[in-house]
Amino acid sequence: MNWAGLYTVLSGVNRHSTAIGRIWLSVIFIFRIMVLVVAAESVWGDEKSAFTCNTQQPGCNSVCYDHFFPISHIRLWALQLILVTTPALLVAMHVAYQQHQEKKLLVLTGHGDPKHMEEVKKHKMRISGSLWWTYVCSVVFRLLFEAVFMYIFYMLYPGYQMVRLVKCEAYPCPNIVDCFISRPTEKTIFTVFMLVTSSICIVLNMAELVYLVVRACARRGQHNSNPSSGKGSFYGHKLSSEYKQNEINQLLTEQDGSLKDMLRRNPSLQEKGDRCSAC
Amino acid sequence: MDWGALQTILGGVNKHSTSIGKIWLTVLFIFRIMILVVAAERVWGDEQDDFICNTLQPGCKNVCYDHFFPISHIRLWALQLIFVSTPALLVAMHVAYRRHEKKRQFRKGDQKCEYKDIEEIRRQRFRIEGSLWWTYTSSIFCRLVFEAVFMYAFYFMYDGFRMPRLMKCDAWPCPNIVDCFVSRPTEKTVFTIFMIAVSSICILLNVAELCYLLTKFFLRRSKKAGNAKHHPNHENKEETKQNEMNELISDSCQNPVIGFSSS
Repeated sequence: MNWAGLYTVLSGVNRHSTAIGRIWLSVIFIFRIMVLVVAAESVWGDEKSAFTCNTQQPGCNSVCYDHFFPISHIRLWALQLILVTTPALLVAMHVAYQQHQEKKLLVLTGHGDPKHMEEVKKHKMRISGSLWWTYVCSVVFRLLFEAVFMYIFYMLYPGYQMVRLVKCEAYPCPNIVDCFISRPTEKTIFTVFMLVTSSICIVLNMAELVYLVVRACARRGQHNSNPSSGKGSFYGHKLSSEYKQNEINQLLTEQDGSLKDMLRRNPSLQEKGDRCSAC
Repeated sequence: MDWGALQTILGGVNKHSTSIGKIWLTVLFIFRIMILVVAAERVWGDEQDDFICNTLQPGCKNVCYDHFFPISHIRLWALQLIFVSTPALLVAMHVAYRRHEKKRQFRKGDQKCEYKDIEEIRRQRFRIEGSLWWTYTSSIFCRLVFEAVFMYAFYFMYDGFRMPRLMKCDAWPCPNIVDCFVSRPTEKTVFTIFMIAVSSICILLNVAELCYLLTKFFLRRSKKAGNAKHHPNHENKEETKQNEMNELISDSCQNPVIGFSSS
């Protein structure tokens, strides 16, 4: 499992995201993960071996390095990127759950053929109803993680700038010892770059949040002004998520009692259902 | 996520590019990215380890290296390649958006929709007209700007494109003016000149593509103006179909698709 594996997992989520969400994902993969892998990792590659202290005292080098770099920038960025990208999996799980419900409904209403099942898998879910709440939560979590990591960065490495020289007096260094950091300017450039892209991602997430809220309010306003036509237009629109969700819930509640009997009487139907939940 | 993944992403854009655009993409991947990965990274691999200063003063080497190489050539090229290749994603997003609209029409059962199935929409190659033309031209313009900016940054930082053998350094804590020797200077100069030359070729290709698109645009416009002037009552068959389609689309969908080609 590496960055490519994460890319595969998250590409699937891309389909059910908003346009801003897709831009955000592209910025994450191209300007953060890719820059981290192809450039930043080689800049920080020799950070410990080229960290030189003006002393012959054994152990002083290690202790001073550990004192000034409790956790390396590279590792912090890797953690940040993993935590920031994983809330999208909440959405993926919710979509998978909804697809599973739809497949169950299709089987119950006698449309359990492979063509309809494929259609369910391929069709893009609308971000409304409970999926809207999941999506919004995932965006809020992303924002939170980004902000927390930027704060941690600022606390650990005040000012975001990498200095050339640090003065260290931790035991066993005999006195205040000058220690020199490797490639400080290059590290500062990349730190600033990653900071800027992180801020761009925060702005994109906020824009997405505002977009989702405005869309939900607009939709609600539309429903309030046209309560009858709202449902009417959904009748013809087979793939409308909310109406379908209501239908599914109703049928499932009605069928729930009789479903168990039906499944007991027809084991073949149960097998089909199980197969569908696996796909 | 590495250069291979970028190649996969950009390979999809290739289908909707002009011929010059396809050549540009090939030059980018073979003569720049591949050379960077298989050759240049090895040349610069030991740049700090083998940067030797004529002093035993601890820290002097680090400081002098940092002074003369604020950002390594390799990292600059990597950033340049990433920035130069990403405007093509604007085109990919625009094409994806158009495809999405066509699929929506198709699903709604639009009678005028000429596709037999979704697969045909997925495979269709869009002509570079209308709003797609503007997106494409903007992406080429952005590429040109990024190439120029990075070449200037290179020239500014390294005072020309030559790598000297010896650098004299007197930054603290070096005790006096110290001689520092760069590892593999000639090989680095050769690769720097090579990358600059290929970068210039890419700039030329982009300029040529821009001229080609502009020429095509003006020719198309003068053809339309000519047709309207000589045959005011005669509508081009394709234009009639286009007008009808636009009307139907604006009635049923919210977003009229312009520049749709029937061929």
